Amino acid sequence: MKNKSFEPKILGFLCNWCCYAAADSAGIARFQYPPNIRVVRVMCTGRIDPLFIVEAFSAGADGVFVGG
Amino acid sequence: MSVDGNAGNFIAGVRCIPRYVDEKLCTACGTCTSYCPVTIKDQFNDGLSLTKAIHIDYQQAIPAANVVNADFCLFLTRRECKQCERVCLANAIDFKQQPQVIDINVGAIILSPGFGRIDKKVLCKYGYGISPDVMTGMEFERITSASGPFMGKIVRPSDGRHPERIAFFQCIGSRDLPSGNGYCSSVCCMYAIKEALVAKDHAPDIDIAIFYMDMRTQGKEFDYTRIRAREKGIRFIRSRVGGVHAKDKIFEVFYVNEQGEHIREDFDMIVLPEGLESPKDAKLLAGAACIDLNKYDFCMTSSYAPLEANRSGIFVAGAFQGPKDVPESVTDASGAAALVSELLCKARDTQVKARIYPEEKEIEKELRIGVFICSCGSNIGGVVDVPAVAGYAAGLENVVAVDTNLYSCAQNTQEAITEKIKVNGLNRVVVAACSPRTHEPLFQETLKNAGLNRSLFEMANIRDHCSWVHVNTPEEATEKSKDLVRMAVAKASLLQPMREQEIPVIPKALVIGSGISGMTAALSIARQGFECYLVEKSHKLGGNIKRLRYLITGDDPGRIFTELESDVRSNPLIHVYENAVIDNITGYIGNFATTLQMPEHSEMLEHGVVVIATGGMPYEPKQYLYGKSKQVVTQLELEEMIAGGKGLENVHDIVMIQCVGSRGEDLSYCSKVCCSQAIKNALKILEYNPAANITILYRDIRTYGFDEDYYQLAREKGVTFIRFEKDYPPEVTEKDGFINVDVFDRILGAKLSIKPDLIILSVGITPAPAQDLAKMLKIPLTRDGFFLEAHPKLRPVEFSVEGIYLCGAAHSPKPVSESIAQAKAAAGKACVPLTRGFVAVEPIVSSVDMDACIGCRICESLCPYAAIRMIKAGKRKKAETISASCKGCGICASHCPAMAISMAGFTNEQILSQIHAFGE
Repeated sequence: MKNKSFEPKILGFLCNWCCYAAADSAGIARFQYPPNIRVVRVMCTGRIDPLFIVEAFSAGADGVFVGG
Repeated sequence: MSVDGNAGNFIAGVRCIPRYVDEKLCTACGTCTSYCPVTIKDQFNDGLSLTKAIHIDYQQAIPAANVVNADFCLFLTRRECKQCERVCLANAIDFKQQPQVIDINVGAIILSPGFGRIDKKVLCKYGYGISPDVMTGMEFERITSASGPFMGKIVRPSDGRHPERIAFFQCIGSRDLPSGNGYCSSVCCMYAIKEALVAKDHAPDIDIAIFYMDMRTQGKEFDYTRIRAREKGIRFIRSRVGGVHAKDKIFEVFYVNEQGEHIREDFDMIVLPEGLESPKDAKLLAGAACIDLNKYDFCMTSSYAPLEANRSGIFVAGAFQGPKDVPESVTDASGAAALVSELLCKARDTQVKARIYPEEKEIEKELRIGVFICSCGSNIGGVVDVPAVAGYAAGLENVVAVDTNLYSCAQNTQEAITEKIKVNGLNRVVVAACSPRTHEPLFQETLKNAGLNRSLFEMANIRDHCSWVHVNTPEEATEKSKDLVRMAVAKASLLQPMREQEIPVIPKALVIGSGISGMTAALSIARQGFECYLVEKSHKLGGNIKRLRYLITGDDPGRIFTELESDVRSNPLIHVYENAVIDNITGYIGNFATTLQMPEHSEMLEHGVVVIATGGMPYEPKQYLYGKSKQVVTQLELEEMIAGGKGLENVHDIVMIQCVGSRGEDLSYCSKVCCSQAIKNALKILEYNPAANITILYRDIRTYGFDEDYYQLAREKGVTFIRFEKDYPPEVTEKDGFINVDVFDRILGAKLSIKPDLIILSVGITPAPAQDLAKMLKIPLTRDGFFLEAHPKLRPVEFSVEGIYLCGAAHSPKPVSESIAQAKAAAGKACVPLTRGFVAVEPIVSSVDMDACIGCRICESLCPYAAIRMIKAGKRKKAETISASCKGCGICASHCPAMAISMAGFTNEQILSQIHAFGE
């Protein structure tokens, strides 16, 4: 078996106005970061119902990132 | 280059310098930059880093397109290379472009060329040039920036080492007559403090000393930042530095402290927060526009028309009018726009063409999703395996068409997408490309052109969030792209067409308060063509301006008031209500209803917007024997005495005391106007009685901007300035009918006793009581009781609640000219919804399911935009969204215990579908 280190699956909820924009800027600046995150855009982190976070873990996320 | 014609019909000759890149075709991918062989200094980073001859100025540059520096480009200088032209996949490079002069026919002109930089010769006096570690404030600003040359790390450019001791020298090229700039640049104290705080945040162990003459943090809330800086250990040293010697990368700084001791201190880095110079081409611009400049080459304006150059139809905004900070610049810009709108009001909408879209088609039940995957030249395709992602997308449920594009945003691709939608009968569209923040509107437009509702669109960001940031892991990037496309398709399956709402606006404004700000705002709104209710609680218009007898600039406030009042009263669109108190205001942007209470009756007014100009009032002193001794008066009372020619006959020795009530006495803020007011009155007294002996006791003299000239003049005319510390204020006593002032002079190191004939108190400004109004309109106040704007820098006259605007002393204490500029700005902003006639509601607003709502009011209390109201539904009260005010943040939805609130475009089901698709 191939010896592969643990790679977490992370789901991110990003506020359209700040963190999503910051992630865009990170791209423009070509900042390199690990490819483990998948992004759900929301119009404000205030939109995030605790249910979403629970659902994310239940769907198989190893971590949830809230950026706002 | 030239401005011909008159206000309302100018021909402006403009010289356009070629970019050598077609900005419509350029996608800012950066390939040209990476191939360009010519390395040059990056101007945006003030030469601290390198870029190429073809480059994009900075990440947020608008337009987002590259530009060729013609001085360095090998082709333009030596007819060689053209590497960029060969590698550009978008064919955007165009070396055929030529400089051209174009004539633009316009009705009005706004001059906003910004400020210039202080001459390097002036900087050299303070050690600039002896080492790269002596830098300007602008250079240091770039160093502290995360997108700067060292990615935000505080290092010395000479050796990349972390400095342990940084000195800031204030008043570089300002308040410096030998350099030609007698004025104060207004912003440097504050920006030095900001930079020092940022440096401290990055590296808390840095020792920072700021050498200054007067700490001029007179802006709204600025003194709190100064105090915070002091608490963080930043040292403030009141001294002009005598000299700097460089010795083994260490700078020996020599200065004399307030006690008169000669001190040498060593630093590793020196920052020179340079002042603001008039723009380099000021004379050229003034010549072309036929306007006058002041003696420092800034645009000549007057106190009562601060945004108008002396040629009708030409306006000015920002630092070209005088050195100023961001909030004032933004305010000026809105104010200048209001003046243009006043001038061109009759021509409004005469040159607008409405765009016509095909009729929206009905959406069938069957889902037919189309997925378009963009390569973005090689930006995505160079990392992500685009064909593999396309193949993957084709296998997803309900996807009936997949295509790949070289540039999805290109005009021809838009047409191809439109065609594909029609041919395949698509009813949902997913584009996997760049950011919806920049490109969603473009693709939504394409949907509309194809007869689809624009809400049936979703994006997957596989460039900014994927290919660009995972360059070294292409396989993982491809997998991530597949996941992002799958999540987007899952959400797209649940998208529904959404109605575009337009809520009508009552084309009238309510202005509360009739001081100089309220009257100016009302008049501007009326001149822009809208009816305006001007409400004054006292029996007469005018507010505090009536108590001013003259301005420091020599302008006559009485004349300003009389002209303004007669203009207001004679304008048929303005309805004046005196002796009127606001009993209640309800409603939202476009539809407010206000009940006015007057002595005899009450009246209900309906209006679309509200301008708050409730003003301020003089602080009423209890200290320094005010009210107890006739020899103690305020500056305003003194002005009346001077104007009336009474009460000063036997007055020879005068003491003025600054900061009475302000800056940590009863009021914790600086009242901004009192220093200039004291100097104005001192100069006026000396006009009548040149032998008068005037002493001003102060903490910092804050005659910012061009008022500094008057401070200088007062010193020349023999006014004595003695500084005191907050903890050692002057003591005023009375004995046998004589008053006495004791003050500790720090320079002499001794207590001085003065027996003046008159003591003048420079009292601060307090806000008019505002709690009731704030509560009615659901808008916030600062800790000091002034109204708190939506954003202190970028939205200085608006609130987070839409349709309400702010100006004058209700915002913060300010002089007449700034009040007028701000009133124009508030009027300009207020006329935006009035002019449009409706509020266009983005379809992403919240909606409440009345049956499920339990009326708990949690959403109402949490909504930051006052966009939820409680309405009667049967026996109970239930929540309802005011679509016109809703910003779609979704705080209500996530807090609703009954899950009764749905966010259009971000429903629970849609977000959950993305989460579940993530897990697949």
